[in-house]
Amino acid sequence: MADSVAVKPRKAAIPPAQGGHRSTKRSRREARAAYLFLAPWFVGLLVITIGPIFASLYLSFTDYSLLESAKWVGFDNYVTMFTEDPRFIASLKVTTIYVVVSVPLQLAFALALALVLDRGLRGLSFYRSIFYLPSLLGGSVAIAILWRKVFGADGLVNAVLAIFGIQGPGWVGDPDTALSTLILLHVWTFGAPMIIFLAGLRQIPSSYYEAAAVDGAGALRQFRSITMPLLTPIIFFNLVLEVIKSFQSFTQAFIVSGGKGGPADSTLFYTLYLYLKGFKSYDMGYAAAMAWVLLVIIAALTGINFLASKYWVFYGDDK
Amino acid sequence: MATTSRRPAPALFRPFKGGRLAKHVLLIGFGLVMLYPLLWMISSSLKPEELIFREPGLWPSQVTLENYTEGWYALKHPFGYYLWNSAVITALSVVANLVACSLAAYAFARLNFPLKKLWFAIMLGGIMLPHHVVIVPQYIMFSELGLINTIWPLVMPKVLATDAFFVFLMVQFIRTLPRELDEAAEIDGAGYWRIYLRVVMPLCLPALATTAIFTFIWTWNDFLSQLLYLNNPDNFTVTVALRTFLDASSDSSWGPMFAMSIVALGPIFGFFLVGQKYLIRGVATTGLK
Repeated sequence: MADSVAVKPRKAAIPPAQGGHRSTKRSRREARAAYLFLAPWFVGLLVITIGPIFASLYLSFTDYSLLESAKWVGFDNYVTMFTEDPRFIASLKVTTIYVVVSVPLQLAFALALALVLDRGLRGLSFYRSIFYLPSLLGGSVAIAILWRKVFGADGLVNAVLAIFGIQGPGWVGDPDTALSTLILLHVWTFGAPMIIFLAGLRQIPSSYYEAAAVDGAGALRQFRSITMPLLTPIIFFNLVLEVIKSFQSFTQAFIVSGGKGGPADSTLFYTLYLYLKGFKSYDMGYAAAMAWVLLVIIAALTGINFLASKYWVFYGDDK
Repeated sequence: MATTSRRPAPALFRPFKGGRLAKHVLLIGFGLVMLYPLLWMISSSLKPEELIFREPGLWPSQVTLENYTEGWYALKHPFGYYLWNSAVITALSVVANLVACSLAAYAFARLNFPLKKLWFAIMLGGIMLPHHVVIVPQYIMFSELGLINTIWPLVMPKVLATDAFFVFLMVQFIRTLPRELDEAAEIDGAGYWRIYLRVVMPLCLPALATTAIFTFIWTWNDFLSQLLYLNNPDNFTVTVALRTFLDASSDSSWGPMFAMSIVALGPIFGFFLVGQKYLIRGVATTGLK
């Protein structure tokens, strides 16, 4: 990416040794214009992003409640988190289970449907839209409300089960099942990665399949030797994206659990606990520390993903 | 993209070839299972309260709009009030993102300036940054400025082009445009502003549309920032209002809540119907969701 930045390299504004050289004058004018175009972005970078990043790093070493000035406590917040805060550990566990279970499931569904749809089937765009729609709505409060009601003790799921004479559990009210309803909600939104898979499948030249067929490769063999290897970069892309995204899930857990992460902290997502600490108990230093741990976790996971990708992602023979 | 249409039915499913109909039946069946909760919510919003519990079926045996009228007036303000709040914030966000992100993108894609690579790398890094790392100090900042319960904490970041993803999207798009157009305009005496406004932007329409649609949907759906910054019922947006609905209403009054949930989803659904092509292309080419 970075190498394509300077498409047409011109000399940067270097003060001319003597007199105004035409091209430097021009490049200085160009640089001035560029900084003007970028002015809003620069201000945003400073005020909305970089400033707050450093502020949050500082706050993470303090005890700060918004009412009194911040008190430096060193690593206390970080130590407390891992040694004396069972809810923090619970939130970490809940989120980890959520990511580890729902992301592979979601991607498996996405890939399976993409494979079924990628066959010159009539009505492709219709199916694509139908399966994509939940992805678009899935993060909304309205759908989370629906989920809470569908999986309520007297909700739709239990009403359907009752037809078959099955007495369903309380789902969202039961610590054993509450998290699985959220996992299901996430899997339900498989449409977006599915579309990325579909786009990836289209990049595979049909000549590969024709050649393989001529060589007598069967269906499974073609899938294993052509489709899968050529699709690994897309699987990797989706994996990284979904892990980052689902680690930050908030709305669904907030609404389904009524803003508390219950029952028995079984849906206390990491970001939900961060919200409760920072904006309900006004323990802002602690919340900032949690945010930094989240940043480290996400960076580490992304890094591991990239390292591991060397062993299974196939980038074609051009590299 | 062009390779698809010619491709013979890939071999994995060749044994099914005879059962093409079966495949359609399976896909439609699966689609129905997926959309069932959604359809059930729509149908429930049209049923009298006492039927919602008893009928898991979709077709209401009795249709009423009572849930809509009741839900509309169930909160402090009529629901239209919250729709308006959401609409204002969303519209400002869309305009702000279009202007600010395209300005930055033009500079990154077309102009040369010192440290360009560094700034570009920082911009890309911003895409990866989890929002939660900055929300605490941002909240403190806006609270110190006395801007809680105003639209500023929600709109200001967009005015300042902090949605780096859209900047990146437009940079990528502008790079595909022929530079000769810029150069021709320059020879005609156009300055950078004129080139940006008259040459590059009109050609950027697809990227602008993608940005507008996704900004609309994300802002309309956004919950966390609206929950943080809008805590006076007079400023509530649709999402925050819906949430109080959940707290306020007992578990028996599902009808009005479902009705208002449908109203809240309406604009997104509308965009989905109209902008499907852009939406799906946006996801396929950029991973925006």
